[in-house]
Parts: sequence; C-alpha cells; structure tokens
Amino acid sequence: MGQHSVRGAMITRALHWATRKITRGRRELRGQTILKIGLAIVIAFVLMTVIATRFPALNGYHPTLYREGTRLEGPTATHWMGTDQLQRDVFSRILGGGKASLIVAFSAVALSMVIGSVLGWISGFTGGLLDRVLSLTMDAIYSFPSMILAIVLVAMFGAGLAPMIWAVGFVYIPTYFRVTRAEVLQVRETMYVEAARAIGVSNTRIVLRHIAPNTINAIMAVSSFNLADAILTVAALSFLGFGLPPPAPDWGFDIQNGQKYLQSGAWWLITFPGLMIITLSLGFGLIGEGISDLVNPKRKRKRV
Amino acid sequence: MGGVGRYIIQRLLLTIPMVFLLLTVVFLVLRVLPGDPVSAMLGGRNISVEVIESYRVRMGFDRPLLVQYGSYLGGVARGDFGTSFRTGKPVLQELFLRFPATIELAIWGLFVSIVLGIVTGIHAATHADHLVDHSIRVFHIASFAMPLFWLGLMFQVFFAVKLGWLPVAGRLGGRLAFTFHSITGFYVIDAIIQGDWTALADIAKHLVLPGCTLGIALTGLQGRISRASMLEVLDADYITTARAKGLKERVVVLGHALRNALIPIVTVFGLQFAVLMGGAVLTETVFSWPGIASYLVRAIEARDYPSIKGTVVFIALFISVINLIVDVLYSIIDPRVRY
Repeated sequence: MGQHSVRGAMITRALHWATRKITRGRRELRGQTILKIGLAIVIAFVLMTVIATRFPALNGYHPTLYREGTRLEGPTATHWMGTDQLQRDVFSRILGGGKASLIVAFSAVALSMVIGSVLGWISGFTGGLLDRVLSLTMDAIYSFPSMILAIVLVAMFGAGLAPMIWAVGFVYIPTYFRVTRAEVLQVRETMYVEAARAIGVSNTRIVLRHIAPNTINAIMAVSSFNLADAILTVAALSFLGFGLPPPAPDWGFDIQNGQKYLQSGAWWLITFPGLMIITLSLGFGLIGEGISDLVNPKRKRKRV
Repeated sequence: MGGVGRYIIQRLLLTIPMVFLLLTVVFLVLRVLPGDPVSAMLGGRNISVEVIESYRVRMGFDRPLLVQYGSYLGGVARGDFGTSFRTGKPVLQELFLRFPATIELAIWGLFVSIVLGIVTGIHAATHADHLVDHSIRVFHIASFAMPLFWLGLMFQVFFAVKLGWLPVAGRLGGRLAFTFHSITGFYVIDAIIQGDWTALADIAKHLVLPGCTLGIALTGLQGRISRASMLEVLDADYITTARAKGLKERVVVLGHALRNALIPIVTVFGLQFAVLMGGAVLTETVFSWPGIASYLVRAIEARDYPSIKGTVVFIALFISVINLIVDVLYSIIDPRVRY
C-alpha cells in the first residue's frame, strides 16, 4: 500500500514535470522563426525520403530503372530536372537520394554524442591522470582534419552505411567530449553539487542527477551543427565513392556521376542533388542557430 | 632567452605527445581494424597462400603488433615514412614533391576566405540588424551548408565549360604543362623567378577556381567569427570614448576596434587550417590538383597502406606546426599575452 502510493506520487511528479517541459517548450518555440524554418525543412526532408523510399516511382518515373530514349535530356515539362545518361529521371532520384545522408547523419551523431558525452562526464568529474590522457587524445583527434579522418576511416572499414556511421561518428566524439567536459568542470564547482556531495550523494548519482542535465542544452545545440556538418561529410564520402553501391539513388554519388558529363554541359545532373544537400544541411544549421538562441539569449542581444 | 623563444620551445615539446598520439591512433586504425593489408594490396585476385605469406614477411606484417608499432614509430622519428606499395618510391619524397601544390592552393584559399570573411563580417557588424547585416549572415550560413565539391563542380560548369573563361582543372595547361621548369614546386614563385610571364598568367588562371572554391567554403566560419568579435569589441567602453572624442567612424572601426577584434579571428586560424586541409582533399579531387590530398585519395583507392599512413602523419605534423605559428602570431597581435 505504502509502496503503491510512493510510486503513484512519482508518476504524478514525472507527468507534472513532462507537461511543464512541453508547455514551456511550446512557449519558447513561439517567435523562434529560425528554429521553426529549420525544423520544417528537416521534417519535410525526412518525410520526403521515407515516402520516396517506400514508393520510388511516385512521379511516374522509377529512380533506378533505365529506359530507352534520349540520354542526358535537360529539364523539360515531363522531366523537371532532366534525365541522366541512363535516361533516368533526375527528379525521382533526388526525392529518395537523401536516405543514406539522413541515416548516417542521425546514427553517427547519436553514436558520437553518447560516447563523447559519457567520456566527457567521466573525464571532467574524475579528473587526474585519466582526464589528462583522455583530453590529450581527444585534442589530438580534434586537431586533425575531420574530413580526412572520415575518409581514411571509411576507406579502412569499407564502403556502405555501417562503415560510414562508424567513421563519421568517430570524428565527432572529441566535440562532445570537449563540450561536456567543459560544462562538467564548471558545474562541478557549483554550490549545489558541493551540497550534494556533502550530504553523501554517490558520484554516479551526482553525475546523472546534477551534472548531466546541465550539459544537455549545450549538447543539443552542438549536435544540430554536427548534423549539418555530417550531411556534408556523408555527401563528400558518397561523392568519393564510399557510399551506397549503385544504382541506389544518392545525392553525393549522383553528383560524382554528373561530373563525368560536365564537359558536355549537363549542369542539371550536378545542380539539383547539390541544392538538396544544401537545403538539408541548412535546415540542421538553422535548428542549431535557433537552439543556441534559446539556450543563450545573450547571443541575440541587440546593440543599443 | 626571450619569453617568446622559451614559449616556442615549450610548445614544440608539447606537440610531441600530440603527434605521438595521432601516430598511435593512425597505427591502430590501420592495423587493428578489419581488412588484411596484404590481401587488400594484392587485390581480390587468386593468389596462393604462400605468396601472400611471403609478402607478409617481406613487409613485416608477420611480426607481433607491438614490434610493428615500435619499428613504425622509430621509422617516423628518423624521417622514414616507408615505401609506397604503388610506386615503390619513398613516401616522404613523394609527399614533398606534392606538398607545394597543396600549400599554393591552401594559401590562395585562405586569402580568399580572409578577404571575403573578415571584410563581410566586419561590414555586417558595423551595420548590425540592417538589411546588409542579414544578407551577409545568410551568405555566411549558406557557405557553411554548401558541399565544397559541389561548389567546385558548379564553378567548372559555368566558368570553364559554359563561359570558357577559365581552365577546368589542373595546374598548367597545354604545352606549358610539359615545358614549364619547376624549381621550388610553388609554380607562382617559379614563374616569377624565371620571369616567365605567360606561364604566370596561366598558373594564375588555373588557381582562380580551386582557390575560390576552397576560400568560399571557409568564408562562413571566418565571417561569423569576425562579425561576432567585432560586435563584441564595438560595445567596449574605449570605443564609446573614441566616438565621444568625435573621431570618424572609419577611424574608430579600423583604427581602434579592428586590432582587438582580430584576436579571436586569428585564434580560429589554426582550427581553420584543419578544415582547409579537409577541404583540400575535395578541391584537389574535383580539380585534378596534384597535391598531397589527391595523393591520399589515390593511395586509398589502391590500398597503399604506407602512403596512407605517411600522408596522415605528414598532415598531422603540418597541422601541429601551423597551430604553433598561430599561437606565436597571437602574441604579436595581442601584447597582453605574455609567455
């Protein structure tokens, strides 16, 4: 009976907390134009990709089946974005071409976020030799060009989705490590953490209950920017031929394909996939901007 | 010894663990992760186990991992980066041959990004919240979100193929590619030394598109930091004082604010060089630029492990040196920094 009421109280409290978070979130979302545009772009792209993957020939042209006819036709009323050398409709390839980018970007950022933040929490909280070694290692990885590291890693792992996730994920680990470690060092010195320690709260609990929540905001903003960057990295990897095997539609790979017909002036093969990459990356970037403004209102400060 | 001198030595000593760590990471990634280098090198062809084994012994892959690691570190310390599987030449020699091309491209890219980034950033800051400011910010964000290889290809389509103003790719065109004599490897310098003005014009033409591609891709970061930094400085009391004295706004911005605003901008330089090298891989690939980055891509395609490792180490060392230079520059711009 007593047990039951305690659990009831906990559930009530949790619900209360959740509604408070959501209503506050909605209030903060109002007026956040940048954030809203970014979210709209990303949601639209996710929906578009899911639908196009499920129903590939949505606009009447299949993205991977080639047909007889004139090759490399510029944009017309029937083929809005022209056709490629196999007479495939560029528009239908573009609709589903973001699949690899989205999957890899989300998974890689999630992977690096978990590994990086956990390492950062541990390193910042325990300090000492472990902290020094970890920090130095992370700095070493961080200072190295991330694009080159990703390319080398993917080359070692082999082409495909999973290798790309690991490679891109590995590259971002130091970012999360640094962000969380810096936050932890700051929070660790605050009164309430000291108070928690004074009343004998365990280290694990201090990290989870008092330190981790304080780092979430920073992590959220960083991860949006990382997603924007990851989209570009994945596109570059696909462009270099480390992505999905053909004939799967993919923006980066399609651009590489278009490069072969560049001399004949087939600009549409390159232009449209590129615009898709830009828009999606921009969407994530705008979300990051929006979150930074929310988290750190000082950034928005108008000059008097 | 002077303060700066001692600082440089301290910093040099600090780069040793840094480079050592990178070497270790590179070694582990290339050796421990799946994929046998020997069978990869020999390709998927039908080769007997004996042949593969003999290659393994010849290249030292049969020894314990720790011994391999030790000899690898020792080699690097002595400046021996191994021999390329593909060409049979020492990796370091090949890298030095291609390094000037990358540097030439990087300097031009950096120049474009500094001009575009700092100028637009400061302009945005001095016109904060006006239409100019907003347009510049959109341009900066767009430059962030743009795939560099795509920008390069678009440039090629329009300026090289459609308009025919500039060459599509390469460092030199036509007969010059065979007749031009290179001394330093930096073609611009070579052409000037030899007084070969037709070559210089051709070299400059070839530099425009890749340089702008690399530069514009970096402009976003540079511009955003310049803007933020300038805004911060313009809020300072001494700027108000300068304005109150009745100084012209131009003098206030360029004479009083710029120097302090430059401090964070220079700090990002080191970071930017990493981005610059990453961008160079794609730029060099798109423009068939014969630098170390395109060398790396070709080494990867051929599974040429010594070359891959060597290039990575080389880039790591280079980045460390750049970071050191940036730190010293920092002390020149900001005299408050004492070592």
